Amino acid sequence: MLGYAVRRLLGAIPTLFLVITFSFFLMRVAPGGPFDRERTLEAKVLENLNRVFHLDRPIWEQYFYYLGNLARGDLGPSFIYRDFSVQQLLGNGLPVSIQLGGTALLIALLIGSLLGTIAALRQNSWVDYSVIATATFGITVPNFVVAPLLSLIFGVWLSLLPAGGWNSPGSMVLPVVTLALPQIAIIARLIRGSTIEALRSDHVRTARAYGLPTRMVVVVHALRAACLPVISYLGPAAAALLTGSVVVETIFGLPGIGRYFVQGALNRDYTLVMGTVIIIAVFVVVFNLIVDLLYAALDPRVRYD
Amino acid sequence: MKQDKSERIFDIRDIRVTFDTPDGAVEAVRGVDMHVNAGETVAVVGESGSGKSQIMMAAMGLLANNGAVSGSVTYRGQELIGLPRGKLNKIRGARITMIFQEPMTSLDPLYTIERQICEPIRVHGGLSPSAARRKALELLKLVHIPDPERRLKSYPHELSGGQRQRVMIAMALANDPDLLIADEPTTALDVTIQAEILGLLAELQKKLGMAILFITHDLGIVEAFADRVYVMQKGLVVETGGTADIFERPSEDYTKMLLAAEPEGHKPPVGADRPILLDADGVSVTFHMKGGFFSGQGFEVKAVQNVGLRLRAGQTIGIVGESGSGKSTLGRALLQLLPSEGRVVYQGTPIQGFDRAAMRPYRRNLQMVFQDPYGSLSPRMTVGEIITEGLLVHEPSLSGREREKRAIKALEEVGLDPGTRNRFPHEFSGGQRQRIAIARAVILKPTVIVLDEPTSALDRSVQKQIIALLRDIQEAYDLSFVFISHDLAVVKALSDYAIVMKSGRVVEEGPTGEVFDNPQSDYTKDLMEAAFNLKRVLNRQAVARA
Repeated sequence: MLGYAVRRLLGAIPTLFLVITFSFFLMRVAPGGPFDRERTLEAKVLENLNRVFHLDRPIWEQYFYYLGNLARGDLGPSFIYRDFSVQQLLGNGLPVSIQLGGTALLIALLIGSLLGTIAALRQNSWVDYSVIATATFGITVPNFVVAPLLSLIFGVWLSLLPAGGWNSPGSMVLPVVTLALPQIAIIARLIRGSTIEALRSDHVRTARAYGLPTRMVVVVHALRAACLPVISYLGPAAAALLTGSVVVETIFGLPGIGRYFVQGALNRDYTLVMGTVIIIAVFVVVFNLIVDLLYAALDPRVRYD
Repeated sequence: MKQDKSERIFDIRDIRVTFDTPDGAVEAVRGVDMHVNAGETVAVVGESGSGKSQIMMAAMGLLANNGAVSGSVTYRGQELIGLPRGKLNKIRGARITMIFQEPMTSLDPLYTIERQICEPIRVHGGLSPSAARRKALELLKLVHIPDPERRLKSYPHELSGGQRQRVMIAMALANDPDLLIADEPTTALDVTIQAEILGLLAELQKKLGMAILFITHDLGIVEAFADRVYVMQKGLVVETGGTADIFERPSEDYTKMLLAAEPEGHKPPVGADRPILLDADGVSVTFHMKGGFFSGQGFEVKAVQNVGLRLRAGQTIGIVGESGSGKSTLGRALLQLLPSEGRVVYQGTPIQGFDRAAMRPYRRNLQMVFQDPYGSLSPRMTVGEIITEGLLVHEPSLSGREREKRAIKALEEVGLDPGTRNRFPHEFSGGQRQRIAIARAVILKPTVIVLDEPTSALDRSVQKQIIALLRDIQEAYDLSFVFISHDLAVVKALSDYAIVMKSGRVVEEGPTGEVFDNPQSDYTKDLMEAAFNLKRVLNRQAVARA
């Protein structure tokens, strides 16, 4: 198992390399550059800036220069936030995003699994229908609607929680709820479906036929099998949640890394975009690995060697 | 203990089971009376859909959510229908236990054998974990599982089908039950394994004295195994009595039909002057199991090793063997549907190694019919579209009207109403679907059809009709068949030459009569006896034990 994990991580190196190469050149294909403004800079100034950031070199040279720095663990300076390196920006923002996304994920898992299981056990009852209806609603309403609505109701009208900002523990509540709601809905639906299927399976019939108490039948024999599809969903979902959400961070004014991706791309802040891409890619690789290992831990038919 | 054979322990009165379906209520069981006395073996026999399993599901509180039951089921005087679940759970798994048809899925794939055997022991007997473990080990020894210590730690997927069924039997015996309900426990197993499992059940019944209620569609098992029989048809018991009486003097037409439904007849060999259509030599198929990108070495499975056959015009070669013997793989290799080695010649043309494009002109002559009449017909095409699809490829110049004519003719040939050609496959029964699959092959006027277990998913009475159909079209078009089946009775009736395979190799071959009546190899002898003389096998096992 350990050997498998190490092999998978080694296998991720070429993947990351491809992601980096592809993003690097793709970004350079986009017209414009980091120093294009409405008011054009003086030619001499622009030339100096380009020289300082090596933008006057041929693109392949810039590419190898970037790779060289990356190999030494240097993500380079931000082109727009002049006094910061990309490391500093991501180092400050990532803990915020992880804290928000991680909390949202945990809450979504707990509530989503609970709702999904209850709905499955009461299949086709009003409980089931209301869970499904709520879940469908939760998936369809976009976060750019939920976020300002929550901010308005709980922040402005009721003044129960901060409407935005990042300065007290209470600041986490509304963003976390916004992030968690669609995940709760998705997880509830997944768990409901897989639990219903598991309850109909032959081995659950066997457990019932052998007089095992209902709680044991459900928890031991149905739910463990029902978890498996949710776990494969959780890999990419966790990677997406932990690397921040541009909408939630912008609306609640949070210092996470989600907004860097969009802002960086719009500003042609090449190094910042590359840094964000690398973080996301690493998260995706790591969480997919975790999912596969969890799968093997839960299902003895899955073996890696 | 419990040897008073006159004591009624399980009594079913006027039981009715109804399912609420989107098409309205369906009555699966329509008022059935049945009973089991202590220590006796009772068989419930009937074809699929007769309601035989649903009675037991209803009695044990295992009906699907849309099922409803009325009537009475008592166990030693206690009413089970409507019993609160807590009280029912004291009886099921302890006093009355069940084993099911599907040994692959009836055990939970996520838990060890030990855990699954121990659960009911602990729930009903209140044993400590270590005492339960000792008991589980004892039970595995009782059902003759090799290396029981190690098997306790195994997961279901690490066991063979027969071993899994032994584990189920161990679970069933754990709490010393009064009654064991066995729902088609050997249907998914090979005949030799079936004989072993039935022998085991007989042995354990003798040792432990429980009654057995055996649900099956297989009359051979009933004859060898049961004291009394209930014959069911469409939700009703049509006849009941002692096994010998029913077999010797059936009074109901349905019972007579069931008894007569065993495949019969034989095919005379074709003359040595008939042309050889398909000539295969040294055919081998090796599956390469690839290792992962980083996980290094893969391994090889030799599925078929060095098999040859010579199929003459009008001939039927039967290929028999148990699961994993390579018989289906051989069929596919002959038609170049998977990569193989060796030499295959079709009417003078070596087709070995032909790719898809090169095979296309030969496909219409070399057709295939598959086992699963549910999976092999596209659910989104009408029957007419399904059977004429091949014409679009092989006779693209045909007009729509001409194709329609051919479809009507093909449907008539396989005994289906041509008026049904605009319907979809799900509207047809299993036997009808297999007719559609045959029509799809026949419409192209092939010379050779490879039939891969075409009758295995069907009831005996439907099987008989399909066999008759295959005989008719063979005669009408001078067709040659390669008939692949694990069902020896069907092969005996249909083929004039038989090849017995085991582990990818030919064990024995020859004219059907010789192979079946006078088998030479020990393996073929065992196979034939398990298939045609189960009673003798069981008796011999009993003698060997005593």
